[in-house]
Amino acid sequence: MATETHSELEDGLVFHPMDQFQVISLVGGDVEWFTITNVTLMMALTVIVIAFIMIFGARGRALVPSRSQSIAELTYGFIYKMVEDVTGKDGVVFFPYVMTLFMFILVANFLGLIPMAFTTTSHIAVTAVMAMAVFLAVTIIGFVKNGFGFLGVFWISSAPLILRPILALIEVISYFVRPVSHSIRLAGNMMAGHAVIKVFAAFAPLVLISTGIGLVVTPLSILAITAIYALEVLVAFIQAYVFAILTCVYLRDALHPHH
Amino acid sequence: MTGDIVQMGAYIGAGLACTGMGGAAVGVGHVVGNFLSGALRNPSAAGGQTATMFIGIAFAEALGIFSFLVALLLMFAV
Repeated sequence: MATETHSELEDGLVFHPMDQFQVISLVGGDVEWFTITNVTLMMALTVIVIAFIMIFGARGRALVPSRSQSIAELTYGFIYKMVEDVTGKDGVVFFPYVMTLFMFILVANFLGLIPMAFTTTSHIAVTAVMAMAVFLAVTIIGFVKNGFGFLGVFWISSAPLILRPILALIEVISYFVRPVSHSIRLAGNMMAGHAVIKVFAAFAPLVLISTGIGLVVTPLSILAITAIYALEVLVAFIQAYVFAILTCVYLRDALHPHH
Repeated sequence: MTGDIVQMGAYIGAGLACTGMGGAAVGVGHVVGNFLSGALRNPSAAGGQTATMFIGIAFAEALGIFSFLVALLLMFAV
Protein backbone atom coordinates (compact mmCIF):
# COMPACT_ATOMS: atom_id res chain seq x y z
CA MET A 1 0.00 0.00 0.00
CA ALA A 2 2.89 2.30 0.70
CA THR A 3 4.02 2.07 -2.91
CA GLU A 4 0.63 3.03 -4.40
CA THR A 5 0.82 6.68 -3.42
CA HIS A 6 4.34 7.21 -4.74
CA SER A 7 4.64 10.15 -7.13
CA GLU A 8 0.91 10.85 -7.07
CA LEU A 9 0.43 14.58 -6.90
CA GLU A 10 -3.37 14.57 -7.01
CA ASP A 11 -4.02 15.26 -3.30
CA GLY A 12 -0.71 16.88 -2.39
CA LEU A 13 0.68 13.73 -0.80
CA VAL A 14 3.88 13.36 -2.80
CA PHE A 15 5.17 10.69 -0.39
CA HIS A 16 3.51 8.31 2.00
CA PRO A 17 3.88 9.24 5.69
CA MET A 18 4.91 5.67 6.55
CA ASP A 19 7.72 5.56 3.95
CA GLN A 20 10.23 6.84 6.52
CA PHE A 21 9.99 3.57 8.47
CA GLN A 22 11.18 1.38 5.61
CA VAL A 23 14.28 -0.68 6.28
CA ILE A 24 16.65 -0.01 3.38
CA SER A 25 19.86 -1.85 2.61
CA LEU A 26 22.84 0.49 2.47
CA VAL A 27 25.08 -1.84 0.50
CA GLY A 28 22.60 -2.80 -2.22
CA GLY A 29 20.77 -6.05 -2.70
CA ASP A 30 17.98 -7.54 -0.62
CA VAL A 31 17.73 -7.16 3.12
CA GLU A 32 19.06 -10.31 4.79
CA TRP A 33 19.77 -10.77 8.48
CA PHE A 34 23.42 -9.80 7.99
CA THR A 35 22.81 -6.83 5.64
CA ILE A 36 23.95 -3.39 6.81
CA THR A 37 20.76 -1.32 6.74
CA ASN A 38 19.79 2.14 7.91
CA VAL A 39 18.67 0.50 11.19
CA THR A 40 22.15 -0.92 11.73
CA LEU A 41 23.71 2.44 10.94
CA MET A 42 21.48 4.38 13.35
CA MET A 43 21.98 1.82 16.12
CA ALA A 44 25.76 1.97 15.68
CA LEU A 45 25.56 5.78 15.77
CA THR A 46 23.49 5.55 18.96
CA VAL A 47 26.12 3.42 20.66
CA ILE A 48 28.92 5.73 19.50
CA VAL A 49 27.08 8.82 20.79
CA ILE A 50 26.39 7.17 24.17
CA ALA A 51 30.03 6.09 24.48
CA PHE A 52 31.15 9.60 23.58
CA ILE A 53 28.83 11.24 26.13
CA MET A 54 29.52 8.86 28.99
CA ILE A 55 33.22 7.99 28.51
CA PHE A 56 34.63 11.28 27.25
CA GLY A 57 32.16 13.33 29.27
CA ALA A 58 33.02 11.74 32.60
CA ARG A 59 36.75 11.34 31.89
CA GLY A 60 37.84 14.72 33.25
CA ARG A 61 36.51 14.17 36.78
CA ALA A 62 36.97 17.83 37.59
CA LEU A 63 35.68 19.10 40.94
CA VAL A 64 33.83 21.84 39.08
CA PRO A 65 32.35 19.87 36.15
CA SER A 66 32.52 21.09 32.60
CA ARG A 67 29.39 21.11 30.45
CA SER A 68 29.95 17.65 28.97
CA GLN A 69 30.83 16.26 32.41
CA SER A 70 27.61 17.77 33.81
CA ILE A 71 25.52 15.98 31.17
CA ALA A 72 27.07 12.61 32.02
CA GLU A 73 26.89 13.15 35.79
CA LEU A 74 23.35 14.53 35.85
CA THR A 75 22.02 11.67 33.70
CA TYR A 76 23.77 9.14 35.92
CA GLY A 77 22.47 10.73 39.10
CA PHE A 78 18.95 11.12 37.73
CA ILE A 79 18.61 7.44 36.79
CA TYR A 80 20.37 6.25 39.96
CA LYS A 81 17.92 8.21 42.13
CA MET A 82 14.97 6.89 40.09
CA VAL A 83 16.07 3.25 40.50
CA GLU A 84 16.68 3.78 44.22
CA ASP A 85 13.31 5.50 44.77
CA VAL A 86 11.18 3.05 42.81
CA THR A 87 12.94 -0.28 43.31
CA GLY A 88 14.37 0.24 46.80
CA LYS A 89 17.89 -0.20 48.17
CA ASP A 90 18.19 -3.83 47.09
CA GLY A 91 17.21 -2.96 43.51
CA VAL A 92 20.27 -0.79 42.97
CA VAL A 93 22.18 -3.83 41.64
CA PHE A 94 20.00 -3.54 38.51
CA PHE A 95 20.98 0.09 37.97
CA PRO A 96 23.43 -0.65 35.09
CA TYR A 97 20.69 -2.44 33.15
CA VAL A 98 18.15 0.37 33.60
CA MET A 99 20.80 2.98 32.75
CA THR A 100 21.71 1.09 29.56
CA LEU A 101 18.07 0.85 28.48
CA PHE A 102 17.40 4.51 29.26
CA MET A 103 20.48 5.84 27.47
CA PHE A 104 19.92 3.67 24.40
CA ILE A 105 16.26 4.67 24.02
CA LEU A 106 16.91 8.35 24.79
CA VAL A 107 19.77 8.72 22.31
CA ALA A 108 17.97 6.63 19.66
CA ASN A 109 14.88 8.84 20.01
CA PHE A 110 16.90 12.05 19.79
CA LEU A 111 18.97 10.85 16.82
CA GLY A 112 15.74 9.88 15.09
CA LEU A 113 14.55 13.49 15.36
CA ILE A 114 17.38 14.68 13.10
CA PRO A 115 15.78 15.32 9.69
CA MET A 116 16.26 12.44 7.21
CA ALA A 117 17.49 10.17 10.02
CA PHE A 118 15.89 6.85 10.86
CA THR A 119 14.18 6.23 14.21
CA THR A 120 15.20 2.75 15.34
CA THR A 121 12.83 2.80 18.32
CA SER A 122 9.84 3.27 16.00
CA HIS A 123 10.06 -0.40 15.02
CA ILE A 124 8.22 -2.87 17.22
CA ALA A 125 10.91 -5.44 16.35
CA VAL A 126 13.46 -3.29 18.19
CA THR A 127 11.34 -2.36 21.21
CA ALA A 128 9.86 -5.86 21.55
CA VAL A 129 13.33 -7.34 22.07
CA MET A 130 14.00 -4.86 24.88
CA ALA A 131 10.56 -5.41 26.45
CA MET A 132 10.82 -9.21 26.22
CA ALA A 133 14.27 -9.04 27.82
CA VAL A 134 12.81 -7.02 30.71
CA PHE A 135 9.85 -9.42 31.02
CA LEU A 136 12.03 -12.55 31.06
CA ALA A 137 14.53 -10.94 33.44
CA VAL A 138 11.77 -9.92 35.85
CA THR A 139 10.18 -13.38 35.79
CA ILE A 140 13.48 -15.20 36.29
CA ILE A 141 14.68 -12.81 39.02
CA GLY A 142 11.31 -13.11 40.76
CA PHE A 143 11.44 -16.90 40.89
CA VAL A 144 15.14 -17.01 41.83
CA LYS A 145 14.79 -14.49 44.66
CA ASN A 146 11.43 -15.61 46.09
CA GLY A 147 10.89 -19.16 44.85
CA PHE A 148 7.20 -19.88 44.44
CA GLY A 149 6.48 -16.95 46.75
CA PHE A 150 6.76 -14.86 43.57
CA LEU A 151 3.25 -16.06 42.68
CA GLY A 152 2.09 -13.84 45.56
CA VAL A 153 2.33 -10.97 43.09
CA PHE A 154 -0.98 -12.23 41.66
CA TRP A 155 -2.65 -12.77 45.06
CA ILE A 156 -3.51 -9.37 46.47
CA SER A 157 -3.75 -9.96 50.23
CA SER A 158 -5.08 -6.46 50.97
CA ALA A 159 -8.28 -7.07 48.97
CA PRO A 160 -11.41 -8.79 50.41
CA LEU A 161 -11.23 -12.58 50.18
CA ILE A 162 -14.17 -12.90 47.75
CA LEU A 163 -12.56 -10.52 45.27
CA ARG A 164 -9.12 -12.13 45.34
CA PRO A 165 -9.67 -14.88 42.70
CA ILE A 166 -11.13 -12.34 40.26
CA LEU A 167 -8.30 -9.92 40.94
CA ALA A 168 -5.80 -12.76 40.54
CA LEU A 169 -7.19 -13.47 37.07
CA ILE A 170 -6.92 -9.78 36.12
CA GLU A 171 -3.38 -9.64 37.55
CA VAL A 172 -2.30 -12.70 35.54
CA ILE A 173 -3.66 -11.18 32.33
CA SER A 174 -2.06 -7.81 33.00
CA TYR A 175 1.23 -9.54 33.84
CA PHE A 176 1.37 -11.21 30.43
CA VAL A 177 0.24 -8.08 28.56
CA ARG A 178 3.23 -6.21 30.06
CA PRO A 179 5.76 -6.97 27.30
CA VAL A 180 3.16 -6.06 24.66
CA SER A 181 2.20 -2.71 26.17
CA HIS A 182 5.79 -1.99 27.22
CA SER A 183 7.09 -2.34 23.65
CA ILE A 184 4.12 -0.90 21.77
CA ARG A 185 3.98 2.21 23.96
CA LEU A 186 7.45 3.25 22.86
CA ALA A 187 7.18 2.14 19.22
CA GLY A 188 3.66 3.54 18.84
CA ASN A 189 4.57 6.93 20.29
CA MET A 190 7.62 7.27 18.09
CA MET A 191 5.87 6.03 14.94
CA ALA A 192 2.76 8.19 15.47
CA GLY A 193 4.74 11.37 16.15
CA HIS A 194 7.01 10.97 13.15
CA ALA A 195 4.09 10.03 10.89
CA VAL A 196 2.21 13.20 11.95
CA ILE A 197 5.25 15.33 11.08
CA LYS A 198 5.41 13.68 7.65
CA VAL A 199 1.68 14.20 7.07
CA PHE A 200 2.08 17.94 7.64
CA ALA A 201 5.28 17.90 5.59
CA ALA A 202 3.25 16.48 2.70
CA PHE A 203 0.80 19.40 2.94
CA ALA A 204 3.60 22.00 2.94
CA PRO A 205 4.45 21.95 -0.82
CA LEU A 206 0.77 22.46 -1.68
CA VAL A 207 1.57 26.06 -2.69
CA LEU A 208 3.49 24.69 -5.67
CA ILE A 209 0.50 22.72 -6.91
CA SER A 210 -2.51 24.97 -6.43
CA THR A 211 -1.62 28.51 -5.43
CA GLY A 212 -5.01 29.56 -4.10
CA ILE A 213 -5.39 27.21 -1.18
CA GLY A 214 -1.65 26.73 -0.81
CA LEU A 215 -1.07 30.27 0.45
CA VAL A 216 -3.11 29.41 3.54
CA VAL A 217 -2.17 25.76 4.00
CA THR A 218 1.61 26.06 3.54
CA PRO A 219 2.37 28.52 6.39
CA LEU A 220 -0.06 26.67 8.67
CA SER A 221 1.50 23.28 8.02
CA ILE A 222 5.06 24.59 8.47
CA LEU A 223 3.95 26.10 11.79
CA ALA A 224 2.36 22.78 12.72
CA ILE A 225 5.58 20.89 11.89
CA THR A 226 7.53 23.24 14.17
CA ALA A 227 5.05 22.79 17.03
CA ILE A 228 4.86 19.01 16.69
CA TYR A 229 8.64 18.77 16.43
CA ALA A 230 8.91 20.60 19.78
CA LEU A 231 6.36 18.19 21.24
CA GLU A 232 8.33 15.25 19.82
CA VAL A 233 11.51 16.41 21.58
CA LEU A 234 9.54 16.27 24.83
CA VAL A 235 7.99 12.89 23.95
CA ALA A 236 11.41 11.46 23.04
CA PHE A 237 12.61 12.13 26.58
CA ILE A 238 9.37 11.16 28.35
CA GLN A 239 9.08 7.82 26.56
CA ALA A 240 12.67 6.88 27.44
CA TYR A 241 11.92 7.88 31.04
CA VAL A 242 8.65 5.92 31.08
CA PHE A 243 10.33 2.80 29.64
CA ALA A 244 13.04 2.99 32.30
CA ILE A 245 10.65 3.68 35.18
CA LEU A 246 8.31 0.85 34.17
CA THR A 247 11.33 -1.47 34.12
CA CYS A 248 11.98 -0.34 37.71
CA VAL A 249 8.33 -0.94 38.68
CA TYR A 250 8.45 -4.46 37.23
CA LEU A 251 11.76 -5.13 39.02
CA ARG A 252 10.20 -3.97 42.30
CA ASP A 253 7.44 -6.56 41.77
CA ALA A 254 10.09 -9.22 41.26
CA LEU A 255 12.00 -8.24 44.42
CA HIS A 256 9.01 -7.59 46.71
CA PRO A 257 6.08 -9.63 45.33
CA HIS A 258 3.81 -9.11 48.36
CA HIS A 259 2.05 -5.82 48.22
CA MET B 1 -16.27 -6.65 -5.39
CA THR B 2 -15.80 -8.56 -2.14
CA GLY B 3 -12.26 -7.21 -1.88
CA ASP B 4 -13.55 -3.64 -2.25
CA ILE B 5 -16.06 -4.11 0.58
CA VAL B 6 -13.36 -5.62 2.79
CA GLN B 7 -11.08 -2.70 1.98
CA MET B 8 -13.86 -0.23 2.75
CA GLY B 9 -14.62 -1.99 6.03
CA ALA B 10 -10.94 -1.89 6.98
CA TYR B 11 -10.78 1.86 6.34
CA ILE B 12 -13.99 2.52 8.31
CA GLY B 13 -12.66 0.36 11.14
CA ALA B 14 -9.35 2.24 11.12
CA GLY B 15 -11.26 5.50 11.41
CA LEU B 16 -13.43 4.16 14.23
CA ALA B 17 -10.32 2.97 16.08
CA CYS B 18 -9.26 6.62 16.30
CA THR B 19 -12.05 7.23 18.84
CA GLY B 20 -9.79 5.35 21.25
CA MET B 21 -7.56 8.43 21.24
CA GLY B 22 -10.35 10.34 22.97
CA GLY B 23 -10.39 7.79 25.78
CA ALA B 24 -6.63 8.05 26.21
CA ALA B 25 -6.92 11.85 26.23
CA VAL B 26 -9.55 11.72 28.99
CA GLY B 27 -7.44 9.28 30.99
CA VAL B 28 -4.19 11.22 30.74
CA GLY B 29 -5.96 14.50 31.45
CA HIS B 30 -7.62 12.98 34.50
CA VAL B 31 -4.29 11.71 35.87
CA VAL B 32 -2.43 14.99 35.38
CA GLY B 33 -5.37 17.13 36.52
CA ASN B 34 -5.75 15.23 39.76
CA PHE B 35 -1.99 15.27 40.30
CA LEU B 36 -1.94 19.03 39.83
CA SER B 37 -4.88 19.67 42.15
CA GLY B 38 -3.21 17.53 44.79
CA ALA B 39 0.18 19.12 44.19
CA LEU B 40 -1.20 22.65 44.64
CA ARG B 41 -2.72 21.66 47.98
CA ASN B 42 0.54 20.20 49.24
CA PRO B 43 3.42 21.38 47.03
CA SER B 44 6.11 19.96 49.34
CA ALA B 45 4.90 16.39 48.72
CA ALA B 46 4.49 16.84 44.95
CA GLY B 47 8.13 16.34 43.98
CA GLY B 48 8.28 12.79 45.27
CA GLN B 49 5.15 11.76 43.38
CA THR B 50 6.14 12.92 39.88
CA ALA B 51 7.38 9.42 39.03
CA THR B 52 4.04 7.96 40.10
CA MET B 53 2.27 10.44 37.85
CA PHE B 54 4.34 9.34 34.87
CA ILE B 55 3.57 5.69 35.60
CA GLY B 56 -0.14 6.56 35.69
CA ILE B 57 0.15 8.47 32.41
CA ALA B 58 1.95 5.52 30.82
CA PHE B 59 -0.78 3.06 31.81
CA ALA B 60 -3.59 5.36 30.64
CA GLU B 61 -1.79 6.10 27.40
CA ALA B 62 -1.04 2.45 26.59
CA LEU B 63 -4.70 1.79 25.77
CA GLY B 64 -4.78 4.74 23.38
CA ILE B 65 -1.69 3.35 21.70
CA PHE B 66 -3.49 0.00 21.38
CA SER B 67 -6.24 1.68 19.38
CA PHE B 68 -3.56 3.24 17.17
CA LEU B 69 -2.13 -0.25 16.70
CA VAL B 70 -5.57 -1.58 15.69
CA ALA B 71 -5.86 1.22 13.12
CA LEU B 72 -2.39 0.42 11.75
CA LEU B 73 -3.18 -3.29 11.53
CA LEU B 74 -6.39 -2.54 9.64
CA MET B 75 -4.60 -0.19 7.26
CA PHE B 76 -1.50 -2.25 6.49
CA ALA B 77 -1.93 -5.84 7.68
CA VAL B 78 -5.52 -6.84 6.83
